[in-house]
Amino acid sequence: MRSITQKDIAQLQPRIEKIAAEYGLDFFPVIFELVDYDTVSQLAAYGGFPVRYPHWRFGMEYDQLSKGYRYGLQKIYEMVINTNPCYAYLMKSNPMVDQKLVMAHVYAHCDFFKNNFYFSHTNRKMIDEMANHAIRIRRYIDQFGIEAVENFIDVCLSLENLIDYHSPYIKRQDGKADGMNAPDAPKVKRLRSKRYMEKYINPPEFIEAQRKDIEEQQDERITLPGAPQRDVLLFLMEHAPLANWQHDVLGIIREEAYYFAPQGMTKIMNEGWATYWHSTMMTQKILEPSEVIDYAEHHSGTIANHPGRLNPYRIGVLLFQDIEDRWNKGKFGREYEACDNYAEKRRWDQQLGLGRQKIFEVRKLYNDVTFIDTFLSEEFCREQKLFSFAYNKSNKRYEIESREFQMIKARLLQSLTNLGQPIIKVIEANYENRGELLLLHQYENVELDKQFATDTLSNLHTLWKRPVHIQTRLDDKAVILGYDGQEFRQQWVS
Amino acid sequence: MLMHIDNDYNRFRQIIKGKIKDNLRKYISSGEMIGRKGKDLISIPLPQIDIPRFRFGENGKGGASQGEGEPGTPVGGDDDAEGQGQAGNQPGQHLREVELTLDELAEIIGEELELPNIEPRGKKQIVTEKDRYSGISRVGPESLRHFKKTFREALKRQIISGQFNIDKPQIIPIRDDFRYRSWKTTSLPESNAVIIYMMDVSGSMWDEQKHIVRLETFWIDTWLQYQYKGLSTRYIIHDAQAGEVDRDTFFTVRENGGTVISSAYELCARVIEADYPSDEWNIYAFHFSDGDNWSREDNKACAEILHSRLLPRVNLFGYGQVESTYGSGEFIDFLDEHVKSEHENVVLSYIPDKDAIYDSIKDFLGKGK
Repeated sequence: MRSITQKDIAQLQPRIEKIAAEYGLDFFPVIFELVDYDTVSQLAAYGGFPVRYPHWRFGMEYDQLSKGYRYGLQKIYEMVINTNPCYAYLMKSNPMVDQKLVMAHVYAHCDFFKNNFYFSHTNRKMIDEMANHAIRIRRYIDQFGIEAVENFIDVCLSLENLIDYHSPYIKRQDGKADGMNAPDAPKVKRLRSKRYMEKYINPPEFIEAQRKDIEEQQDERITLPGAPQRDVLLFLMEHAPLANWQHDVLGIIREEAYYFAPQGMTKIMNEGWATYWHSTMMTQKILEPSEVIDYAEHHSGTIANHPGRLNPYRIGVLLFQDIEDRWNKGKFGREYEACDNYAEKRRWDQQLGLGRQKIFEVRKLYNDVTFIDTFLSEEFCREQKLFSFAYNKSNKRYEIESREFQMIKARLLQSLTNLGQPIIKVIEANYENRGELLLLHQYENVELDKQFATDTLSNLHTLWKRPVHIQTRLDDKAVILGYDGQEFRQQWVS
Repeated sequence: MLMHIDNDYNRFRQIIKGKIKDNLRKYISSGEMIGRKGKDLISIPLPQIDIPRFRFGENGKGGASQGEGEPGTPVGGDDDAEGQGQAGNQPGQHLREVELTLDELAEIIGEELELPNIEPRGKKQIVTEKDRYSGISRVGPESLRHFKKTFREALKRQIISGQFNIDKPQIIPIRDDFRYRSWKTTSLPESNAVIIYMMDVSGSMWDEQKHIVRLETFWIDTWLQYQYKGLSTRYIIHDAQAGEVDRDTFFTVRENGGTVISSAYELCARVIEADYPSDEWNIYAFHFSDGDNWSREDNKACAEILHSRLLPRVNLFGYGQVESTYGSGEFIDFLDEHVKSEHENVVLSYIPDKDAIYDSIKDFLGKGK
């Protein structure tokens, strides 16, 4: 078989682009690059970007990806990044039918990047920005040495997930206490006096000086932060004693974390959307009869059910198809919900034909949490044989917990909330009145991994330079884990 | 496209090898890549550094998944629920699992652990001659006549020469039509190998330790099978007494007795003397124990058997000591002091936990013997 060239792709692209646009997909211009497996492994290690700052973890990712391919364990079909224009990389060694599928898939991803609300704040010129970051960090390496800079990056990466995933979309309550809640400022005490004696008993200069004293005392008592802050990285940038270059590096790590965040927040939707469209476009418009078998094999591999793991492609595409079907048939709203005849519900069809419109709306407004929360239905869970599982302490393994709809939904949402990571806030920067930092883990029945927590604390200490603590719960008791630069401490809170 | 990944990659390898950045050493885990061999999942070691983060532990953790099963059925944990921005979590990057053969697996483990190929001991290169009936010839003894081919030749000749009458199909082969099976003699260099596994099954060996032994033996089997065609395996278990068992028993049996290691070495020596003359066989003996031998006298007895009967005959004697639940675990020190110094085909390896398995395989097989 003749190998595929950039020319073949160029010939194919207008056709697929036209089909995608006819279906109503709205995307940035897409640039396809045909690359070999080694290049695709490198790009994937860099998160899809050609230039990143130097760091060993990219080498580690590359090691895994390229070995996975060489040993025949896994294979990357394509990569696409959220930029304008949108760059997508195709594997040279893939047969034509795979290329077509992947291109259709890419157009849908690109439509999602452009239109989904959670991507609206992302920098579409991120390739340039990443390259700028690389230049800045390289300059610091030249100046301060690879060890110092790389170690500092390691520390920042250890805290990388402590950002406020929702902050780009909402305005949190202003940090400073507002007039409504602040206690009334205590007034200066006046001695009782007759009116004509007032000037002598309560001299205005004295009263003024007293007032200032009280104000100063109050200022001292204002705690930092005013309200618990979830963007721990921002807090550290503002208040940790950092050198200028360290401040800049921490800012870079934070900016990149925010750039990648929406991809984690919409994993199920984004893959589901792309899979929905490649299957629609391929089966309705693109496939040649001779390609059907290969296509079917690849597609079924994509949406296969891996035991013990939820495949986002599968759950995403099935939910989108479910939504389309429900809105086509009018299976929503009060009347439908109120109906308790199972057979009638199954037959329900008002022939509304609103499905397509609805799924376009969903792809614009939802993220994984709201998507699952709104559209996961009991029927769907039953048909797809979903179950919830949980860790069983007594025999140290994960076990199926329940097949009840509410339990499944709760577990699924729990694993998606805050990207499946613990919610952690800064609550006190002057803990014990000694300039120590106190974080709070918002405990929701899942414990922190203690070993990881103590190691992370030691990294946090590197930045804060004073003792650091985190309050959480272990064995259902409140506890504060702390690190003071020399030793770890675990203190039960009564 | 010009990329800088080589630098990042080299730095990563240097960290793994412990050459730079000691502070990261404790985060190196023998990560794994999952391959599939038939129905089983196989993990391939792939060193990895976990940057510490605040993340969930196991208590209280759960998730949702898809498939069959009643409440209470065990499921795989969702290990890949961690953070965003990691490979595999990017949109549009999709990975696929493929099956492996045992040979491929051995190759991978060999490459990952940088294992040298084994040089079988010189005089054991036995050449066997083997006849294979793989060809056809025009001459040969009647007993090897190939009836079908002969018949077909006759039919062909008759059709070509116009003698074939379809109404009266009669086929008569003549001398030229006869075909005979013929053979080729191939000489195969043959090196036979036998592995004798010995395991302490006394009361102090728990399931966890046995699990470690089972994983070790799997990789040793895989590697040696890849190196030798024709590998046999024998299993010996011992507590205060030793006995030979089959593979299943080896991994499941549990005794409560004390530990007399010399009993196993004695039996091992007898098995070798009886069945595996050392000029024809490459012999590997591995012994796993928690190192809590009954008495010092027995330690001496062990050393005696090793010196005089085992070590002169085997390619490699490997002793793997797992974590002792209670007791001293001093046997490894004893061997180190009294046996290892005099014989270069002895490898001792301490395996405290599952993470140490790959290092210990490297210890055992890294010598190329």
